[in-house]
Amino acid sequence: MKITSRVAGEKLWLYLEGEMDECTVAEMRRAADGILDEHPLARQVVFNLAGVRFMDSTGIGFLIGRYKKIQRFGGKMYLENPNVSADKVLAVSGVYSLIPKL
Amino acid sequence: MNNHMRLECEAISENEIFARNAVALFVLPLEPDLTELSDIKTAVSEAVTNCIVHAYGGQGGTIAIECSLEERTIHIKIADNGKGIADVEEAMQPFFTTLPGEERSGMGFTIMQTFMSDFKVESVLGKGTTVFMSKTIGAGKKENA
Repeated sequence: MKITSRVAGEKLWLYLEGEMDECTVAEMRRAADGILDEHPLARQVVFNLAGVRFMDSTGIGFLIGRYKKIQRFGGKMYLENPNVSADKVLAVSGVYSLIPKL
Repeated sequence: MNNHMRLECEAISENEIFARNAVALFVLPLEPDLTELSDIKTAVSEAVTNCIVHAYGGQGGTIAIECSLEERTIHIKIADNGKGIADVEEAMQPFFTTLPGEERSGMGFTIMQTFMSDFKVESVLGKGTTVFMSKTIGAGKKENA
């Protein structure tokens, strides 16, 4: 699992790559929180999921955890480009009512 | 087509990718489409995660995965000898988790139920849990599609 980031003004993008499950989630959490801590002034944080090849409900827990963190910073979180499988997991779990898809 | 397989692996998270891909490879002769394949992989991953995280509490143990193909249907049985579930009905509720401090979504059983055609859980406290899931391949397809 790999996370890269890009900043433009108050907007921060995190690009997630790999398979999101119990095995990779701890490393992913450390990496994402490291990036979020470096950019506390980001008002809009977009998690780009185009590179996520697999995701189960462990990924949902991860995303909701980051949503809470970003909210504490006063920012808003969005999701973009999930593949069809990840989209189904996100939709069934009701994640989009908390974290809108762009 | 009829076929059968059984495998056992250690309840460590490194085996999640192995378990879901092993089952995906086993069902390939039924020619599932990409959605059916990913539904099966996701459901298997949920069941295996439950064994690792909940049944054995991260301490390891054995996970037994048994699959059979019966005509157009794959039957999957995933069993552990872990601590068992006190109230299966409660555990099946969306967002229910016994580990609220750990960023758990509580959606594992809901996803298994939604993504598979049939789903059942049997659990005995102190003895373990077995999840039974089936999916009929091509069930949602039109004849001429």
